[in-house]
Amino acid sequence: MKSRKLTIPYIFWMLVFTMIPIVIIGFSAFNDGKGNFTLEPFQKAFFYSGVFLKSLLIALISTAICLVLAYPLAYILTRMKQSSQKTVTMLLMIPMWMNFLLRIYAWVILLQKNGPLDLALSLLGIHGTYIGNTAAVVVGMVYEYLPFMVLPIYTVMSKIDPGLIEAARDLGSNNAAVLGKVIFPLSIPGVISGITMVFVPSASTFLVSQYLGGTDDIMIGDVIDNIFWTDQNTGAAISLLMMVLIFVFLVLMNLFGDEEAIA
Amino acid sequence: MEQVTKSSVVSLKDIFVQFDGEMILNHIDLDIHEKEFVTILGPSGCGKTTTLRIIGGFLSPDSGDVLFNGERINDLPPNKRNVNTVFQKYSLFPHLNVYDNVAFGLKLKKVPKAEIKKKVTKMLATVDLKGYEKRPVSKLSGGQQQRVAIARALVCDPAVVLLDEPLGALDLKLRKSMQLELKEIQRQTEKTFIYVTHDQEEALTMSDRVVVMNNGSIEQIGTPEDIYNEPVNAFVADFIGEANILNGTMIDDCRIRILGKELKCVDKGFGKNTQVDVVIRPEDIEITPPEQGQLTGVVESSIFKGVHYEMSVRCGKCEILVHSTKSAEIGSTVGMSVIPFNIQIMNKLLPFYDNIIETVVTYASESDNSFEFELEDETVTVPGHYYPEGTRLKITLPPSALSLTGEGAGELKDVYIESVVYKGEHNEIILESDERKWLMLSDTDEQVATYVPLHFDFSKAQFAVLDASSGEERA
Repeated sequence: MKSRKLTIPYIFWMLVFTMIPIVIIGFSAFNDGKGNFTLEPFQKAFFYSGVFLKSLLIALISTAICLVLAYPLAYILTRMKQSSQKTVTMLLMIPMWMNFLLRIYAWVILLQKNGPLDLALSLLGIHGTYIGNTAAVVVGMVYEYLPFMVLPIYTVMSKIDPGLIEAARDLGSNNAAVLGKVIFPLSIPGVISGITMVFVPSASTFLVSQYLGGTDDIMIGDVIDNIFWTDQNTGAAISLLMMVLIFVFLVLMNLFGDEEAIA
Repeated sequence: MEQVTKSSVVSLKDIFVQFDGEMILNHIDLDIHEKEFVTILGPSGCGKTTTLRIIGGFLSPDSGDVLFNGERINDLPPNKRNVNTVFQKYSLFPHLNVYDNVAFGLKLKKVPKAEIKKKVTKMLATVDLKGYEKRPVSKLSGGQQQRVAIARALVCDPAVVLLDEPLGALDLKLRKSMQLELKEIQRQTEKTFIYVTHDQEEALTMSDRVVVMNNGSIEQIGTPEDIYNEPVNAFVADFIGEANILNGTMIDDCRIRILGKELKCVDKGFGKNTQVDVVIRPEDIEITPPEQGQLTGVVESSIFKGVHYEMSVRCGKCEILVHSTKSAEIGSTVGMSVIPFNIQIMNKLLPFYDNIIETVVTYASESDNSFEFELEDETVTVPGHYYPEGTRLKITLPPSALSLTGEGAGELKDVYIESVVYKGEHNEIILESDERKWLMLSDTDEQVATYVPLHFDFSKAQFAVLDASSGEERA
């Protein structure tokens, strides 16, 4: 079949760049570096369990804040004129064209001592630095990942048949009921993909906490970054654990999504 | 009329709607009575759906009043109106199953759960969907979805149910059975149904009254029998059922001349020697031996249709459609007779036949033998005629001088096709431009409610000088 043949390059790609690397990571996670089977890397990995938990917590908080900010924004967007919708989505995307590091540096400058925020607040007599804490990390992450939450929700929401909204109004719904009983349930697929697209990368992100966080705000991504060059096996073990955690999270998310019966 | 005694549930008073300067509803008045099945019938683009949306509350009129039991409800949002709609595309909630779709309105009204269950179950039984409660709506067939939509609207116990071409998406067989079912549901539930369709047969089958609309106006309101037997004009006659619509002259009361013959009819009051439209239904024509017929013609085709033969008889230049139980040989000459009662006389759609333009010459070129004048903000050049600048002219364009052309051409760029009526010989097409109407003859069929460029063939026109004003000297 023609269609089969067309899939060959992709299968090859998946094999070389997805399956084989995972196997290598798996192999190296159960390895003492000399080719012998061992669970030692996992024992070492559990040394970082605090960092694990904190990473997940920061990712969860960031995701939650993104959702709270993005959902109303997406809703308002769908109710705008077509031309304004385009402008706003454009404005959301433009920062993403800038280098990731620059965006983080920008936040460092904004929040640091004698930075714009500090100067503004010092007019009120408040002095200090606003980087080097968990909140700054969360701010950086929310800034970083907000578009990934807005866009999928907006896409799903804008595809909701306006006829359904009319039907809901016809059957007696006020604006709140239209939102709660029709728009929200129908936008859940967008919410789920938004959560996935924000939670997964923010749980394993690095550098953000190094620049914006304090010493105890180190995230698991930074740990992997540091450890991998000296202890590949432990790095692989941590990565593997992270993958499993994310996988479990995604399965849970999808179960939740199915329960809401998305047609 | 029997309707006079009934009270109006919904009244539309002088409703006017326009979009982007385009008139959608042109001062409509409509009263709908309790427990009535009213169908709003018309070609697409006639404003029937807009009318329904105004009653539903999804659109507010630019002017005019919407009354509900005598109270003005112009500003009442749809959720506060005692009206429910069955939408054209059903608009069932895809995230809910059949039961929850139907229960949607009742839940919003905070009806106790046990009562919701009772009502929904009963309603699902009414629409023949018992046992489908737990099915997701996406797993239902078109007809079943349709019935869920009807149940969802009816279960809320509205005073009025609006139905927007609800059977449009179904196949013919299902549509026919749903028509009867809908009528039955309406009778059982004793609700007022306002039904919108472009299918005349559907309208005749189900309605207590039919409202025929065209181009944002109501042409006629009446029972299906009235509309069929006594159409007020050629548009209605053409739109409802099959009809022979002919040009005729009212000689005097009860005397009509059609196809060169004088016939008796029963209509009065049109005045002497008045141009009228005449409608004769094909089943009202009796085929007779040639010498006994009021009209004679040559049979051009005869097709057996089960109950009757559908024959086309050429009578002079005109083609007459006859439904007869007796067949006649193709090529043979037959007589046709119609009893006076079955000849329906109607006023012409337009008060004129020739299109007359009165204008002033704005530019003239003697060397080119042409002149120009302004028509609805367009400059029209007339070749082959010369009149000096400032001359007041009367230009008479017979209907055959008008034709529709392609994009970018034509003297008037954008005219609206208001109606197309086949008159046995040509299609008579009524066009509407910004300021006036035009009559055109065409052998081809045109799509009503569309915009097309219009071309004038001035070689067929007649010119008459009214006077040569503006101090110009006569040549």
